Order: sequence, then C-alpha cells, then structure tokens
Amino acid sequence: MIPTFPAIAWPALLPILMVSGLGLLLLGAGLYTDDEETLGWGALAGLIVAGIVTLVLVGGESVRTFNGTFALDGYALFFDWLFIAAGALIVLMSMGYLGETDIEVGEYYALLMFALVGMMVMAAATDLIVIFLGLEIMSISVYILVGSWRTQPRANEAALKYFLLGAFSTGFLLYGIALIWGATGSFRLDEIAARLPLADESTLLLAGIAMLIIAFGFKVAAVPFHMWTPDVYEGAPTTVTALMAVAVKSAAFAAFIRIFLWGLAPVHADWWVVLWVLAAATMTMGNLLALAQRSVKRMLAYSSVAHAGYVLVAVTSGSADGGAAALFYLLVYMFMTVGAFGVVAAIGRAGEPLENIEDYAGLATRSPLLGATMAIFMLSLMGMPPLAGFAGKFYVFSVAVQQDFIVLAVVGVLNSVVSAAYYIRLLVAMYMTPEPAEAPALGRRPYLIASIVIAAGFTVLIGVLPALGLQVARLSFLSMQ
Amino acid sequence: MVPISWYLTLSAVLFAIGAVGVVIRRNVIVILMAIEIMLNAVNLTFIALARQLGSVDGQVVVFFVMAVAAAEAAVGLAIIVAFFRNRESVNVDDLASLRW
Repeated sequence: MIPTFPAIAWPALLPILMVSGLGLLLLGAGLYTDDEETLGWGALAGLIVAGIVTLVLVGGESVRTFNGTFALDGYALFFDWLFIAAGALIVLMSMGYLGETDIEVGEYYALLMFALVGMMVMAAATDLIVIFLGLEIMSISVYILVGSWRTQPRANEAALKYFLLGAFSTGFLLYGIALIWGATGSFRLDEIAARLPLADESTLLLAGIAMLIIAFGFKVAAVPFHMWTPDVYEGAPTTVTALMAVAVKSAAFAAFIRIFLWGLAPVHADWWVVLWVLAAATMTMGNLLALAQRSVKRMLAYSSVAHAGYVLVAVTSGSADGGAAALFYLLVYMFMTVGAFGVVAAIGRAGEPLENIEDYAGLATRSPLLGATMAIFMLSLMGMPPLAGFAGKFYVFSVAVQQDFIVLAVVGVLNSVVSAAYYIRLLVAMYMTPEPAEAPALGRRPYLIASIVIAAGFTVLIGVLPALGLQVARLSFLSMQ
Repeated sequence: MVPISWYLTLSAVLFAIGAVGVVIRRNVIVILMAIEIMLNAVNLTFIALARQLGSVDGQVVVFFVMAVAAAEAAVGLAIIVAFFRNRESVNVDDLASLRW
C-alpha cells in the first residue's frame, strides 16, 4: 500500500512561509548591499505585510495540519502577531543601530527572520517534537545573532555562554520529551491530554515533567536557571538583547503554556507546586538582584527575570483565566521592554556603551523625548496605573487570588513594591540629577526614536483599554483546544 | 533478553555523566563533548522506548536529534573560534569580562 500524503492547509501557513521567504530574500540581498537602511526597509515592509496577513487570518477557523502536529488557531495567530510586531520594532531599532557596529547587515536581518520563524513554529506546534524543532530553529539563529558583533570580546563571551547553557538545556528538553513519550506513548499534546492521568503513578511521567520544567526554566530565565541572563543580555548587541528579552521569552512561554495548560493540564496537581516555588523565587531573586545593579542594561536583564516570574504566577494557577492573563501580560511586557531597550540603544555610542546609571543623569533635559518615553516604560514596568504594566499585573494577581493562590499573589505584590525602588532610581537620575558638564551629545537617530515612540504609544494605549486586550488574549487562549 | 529498565538506567547514568561534565569541566571543547553525551543518552532512551512501545516514532526522532545536534555543533564551534581569536583561550574561566 502506498501511504497517501496528508493534506496540508497552505493558506493558514502563510505567515510562517512569508517570514521564511523574507529571510531568504534578505540573505540574498545582503550579497549586493551592506546598507542597513535599504535592507531594513525591505525587512520592515515584509513584516508589515506578514502582520496584515496574520490579522486577516484571525477569525478564520482553527486548522490542524501536518497530521495534527501543527495548529493554526487563535493562540498561534496571537503569538504570530506578537512576534511579528516585536520583530518589526526591532528591525526599526536596528536601522539606527547597526551602522555603529561591524555586524554583517544581510546576515543579521536574515537570522532575525529565521529566529522569528522558529518562534512562530513553537507557538503553532501541538506536538512535542515540532516544539523541539521550532525551539532549535529559534535558538541556533539567536546564538549567532548574539555573537554577530564578532570583533567585540563582550559579544563573543555572551554568545559562548548563551550557546553552552542553551545546548545544555536542549538536553533536558529532549530527555523530558523522551520520558513523557515513554509514559504516554504519544508526542501529540491532544493525545497526551486524553491519556492522562495515567492509571498508576508513573515515575517516567514525573521525571519527564521535571525535565521539561528545567528546560523551559532556562529558556524563560526562571530562577534558579537564570544565571546566564544578565551576562548574555549585557554582552549581546542591544537590539539582539531586546529580541531575547521579549520574543525568545514569549516563544518559550508560548510552548510552555501550550504544553502545561493543555497537554499536561489533567495532571495539574503534580506540577503546580514546582511552578509555585519557581514563580516565587523568580520574582524575588530577580527584583532583589536588580536592586544591586549599576548598569541599566543589566538591571533590565534582572527585571526581565522578575517579569518571567509574574507570568509564571499566571501559569501556576492552571486555569483558562490564568492562560489569558499570561498571554495578556506577555503582550504588555513586549511593548514596554522593547521600548526600554530601545532607549538603552539610543543612549549608547559606538565603542562606548554608556549603560551605567550615571550616563542617564539629566537625560530629561538633554533629550525630553527619550526621558519621557523611558519614564513611561519604567512606570509601566513598575505597574503604575494607567499604563499597560498595571493592567497586566492586576489580571495576573487577581487570577492567582481567584484560584486560591493567595500567598503567591501577596509575594507578587510585595515584589512589585520592591521593584519600584530600582525603576524610580532611574527616574531620579533622569529627572532630578543635573546633567554632567561633558555629557556626550546624543546623535540623531530617527528610526530608533520612531520604534521607541511606537512602543510607548502601545504601552499607553493598552493601559487605557485593557479590557479589549484581555478579551483578545482570552479568545486566543480558548481557541487552543 | 535484556529488560527495558537496564537501558533506561544506562541512559540515565550517561545523561548524568554528561550533565556533570558540563558543570565541572573547564575546557569549552570538552563541555561540548559532554553535551553530545547528554544528547546521545537521550537517543538511547528513545530507541529503547521505541522497542518497548513497538512504535517507530522514537527511531525517527533520533534522526531529528542528530541533525539538530550537528547544526548546534557547527554554530558552537564557530562561536568558539570567534572567542579564541579575541582571547587566545578555550577555557571557561576566561569567560570573566562579564560578571558570571
């Protein structure tokens, strides 16, 4: 018997195919031009078209394809849109940033697109092996991007650390997949969910879940698997740091939430305690270590660790509301963090990064626009109403309270208070410290400013209309099953 | 016939040897070898379980793992070469300009 080739839903795959094609085009175009603006406009135009196509696909029917290993549902489209938006903002940032580095422009944009493709595969995958493949497409591209500034020792070192720990965590991910497959006999999340809970306690299953938590703990930078985060975020080119802090983390959460709140949802009782401890430790350690930093880039790295903890609070609850709150938080977090790293990139100079808090002294008088937007991002990250960060934290903690995780919610709220200390310290430096006499002039960087202003705009907009954003997140999450 | 638990134990021991190797060895190339031991321990688990479950899926996955491991090794060695050009070292103790 000749096996028939399963039908493939090509139209629903359009966003992924378009971004892949865009990456290949940019790789080819990179042979002929090294101009970061020309290639950047090409990348931006392609991403905008892909983003529009993704929006058109929203509301269509959920499609399962590739033998049920790949779903194009609202959940995947939500994350596709998030990754494309983050990618577009980062391309815009890169157009004002790459000129000061000696990064190969064509390869840089192409690898950025390939990383986005990997993330989109992770968000759409409903099969553990496809999740693994998506994760590797993303990770391998990002390893190269981190080290793309080859002549800078700091970037080499960051790339090497990221690669070693990334490859290490891949081992755990695969071992977890193998053990869960051994226990349930399937790689597909819907079949795993149908077969759980198993008739008898299975060591294989529990060990597999533990391995998956370790692997995703590395990828989302949860304490105690966060050791690489500050070093890699500090050493990588700032645009790549923004990519890692928002898109890579969101992609890891996309797969994590799909596995734990769907495939492993029937055994919630087996895993919530571990996530509870991880969430509490991640929020607390992230915020306490951020307090001690002088470098703003490093401080933001620890702050991104702490924010992973807030998302984990929502995941720990295990409910549909928790999933919706996590998705909403990731959307909010994306805009404010991309913007904050954009400001870090805008202040740096070629050769001297100017990342310490003293370099921000008097920023509000040197550049009122940068000062004001950075203030919006800091207040939003802190969770100040009416900005988006407040709405995100509010939904996460109210879900935790509803599901009787009251202690965890209290830990989270206390952490928000602690985090205010280091965000406000930056505000004090920008607004209340006189600028140093020989402050280096800020260059004109229209593209960087544009991406920062767009991110700030969305941070305010989502803060003013949180119910709409939450509704989108809820519908996206519910379309998963 | 050798029971499945022996294979699973062997692969768990190999995985642990690899994981410990990553943590305690200082030479980056040796760490890369330790990671390969971890991945091959996983491959052994897949093969043993494929036999146990009577399913060919696990054997197919091993090909995916090998392909991905090759791609990772290529990128990793390139990163190590770039690092060596700047520092003349492949020792992780020299990864110290950023606070660890």
